[in-house]
Amino acid sequence: MKLIIFFLSLSFLFINPLPNDGGGYNVGDKVEDFKLMNVDGEYVSLANYKDAKGFVITFTCNHCPYSVMYEDRLIELHKKYAPQGYPVVAINPNDPEVQPMDSYDEMIVRAKEKAFPFAYLMDEGQKVGTAFGAKKTPHIFLVDSDMVVQYIGAIDDSARDAREVKERYLENAIVALQEGKSPDPSYTKAIGCSVKSKNSKGRGAVMKKKKRAPSEKSIIKSDH
Amino acid sequence: MQKYFFILISLFFFTQDLLAQGKVKVYDDYEAFKDLLQTESDSTYVINFWATWCKPCVAELPYFEDLHDHFQHEKVKVILVSLDFKRKIETKLKPFIKKNSLKSEVVVMADPKMNDWIGQVDDDWSGTIPATLVFNKAYYSFTEGEFDSADQLKDLVKQFLN
Repeated sequence: MKLIIFFLSLSFLFINPLPNDGGGYNVGDKVEDFKLMNVDGEYVSLANYKDAKGFVITFTCNHCPYSVMYEDRLIELHKKYAPQGYPVVAINPNDPEVQPMDSYDEMIVRAKEKAFPFAYLMDEGQKVGTAFGAKKTPHIFLVDSDMVVQYIGAIDDSARDAREVKERYLENAIVALQEGKSPDPSYTKAIGCSVKSKNSKGRGAVMKKKKRAPSEKSIIKSDH
Repeated sequence: MQKYFFILISLFFFTQDLLAQGKVKVYDDYEAFKDLLQTESDSTYVINFWATWCKPCVAELPYFEDLHDHFQHEKVKVILVSLDFKRKIETKLKPFIKKNSLKSEVVVMADPKMNDWIGQVDDDWSGTIPATLVFNKAYYSFTEGEFDSADQLKDLVKQFLN
């Protein structure tokens, strides 16, 4: 019997995936509501938004140049889609002890400077960012009316230059939801700043060498 | 006469352009860049994605610079792939390289189609930097996030040398 338990636990070790990306939500997962402090001093939960048909949950921050580049586009998105039921809810997932530019006080300053029309929330203790699996800023999770994640990734395909945008991933995803469709693509990738927490070093590191499949790197993969 | 003048002018701008680029090669297209991620040689390559604006990246650059001395008798090549913006190459990147006397080769990856190429570098890469690829012709490893120490990076590279 002991032997069976031993082998069972052993097999569990192998089946259980290695700590790859720290978990978090995938498309299709239902998100849990949260309660975080906004820059106006009030607590905000998703349940507060009575008319929302979904949420553009955006992990972003002050210090990251990629976040800054998207501020104006986020403001525009909110102005366009909040009245249609899809407000932007911005969350700063960084630990201000690691990145002082992302402190609550600095968030208030930035929100005033840019006159953010959306909530800009402090993720105290980095709990919500961890629950979502927010790895970087900016990192978008589009949630539908059932609180199910429908899209994860970037805002568009040209962070560096808004005039060069060809694919508006996020906006297309919102429109898809409005039309009762599933966003395609539902995942996109973009360069961003890693989320700053005290134990972020070596996080998700793949330290073992793997056998290289020579052709693997040259195959054009799909965007997922 | 006009024709020669024209050639002279274009030659002038061409040279200016080359001088301005200095030793930093700029890749506008992943198709050209991806050759850096493969080898048929006996060398081991350490490719680090970073940017001058990325604090944790800058903090761990000395780990990569250390590799030159530590593995000076081995075939180890370090390439620092900067994701700085093109308009910051002259004002930020080059002064940074000079100030820190970087020994590693620095190139700039400027292909804006990030959603297309990030997954081609490695399927597991979400796009955060720093990120590091170590490979030789038979093996590779991908690390997203910073290393804990210079030794951790050295130990990883060492695995590729046996």
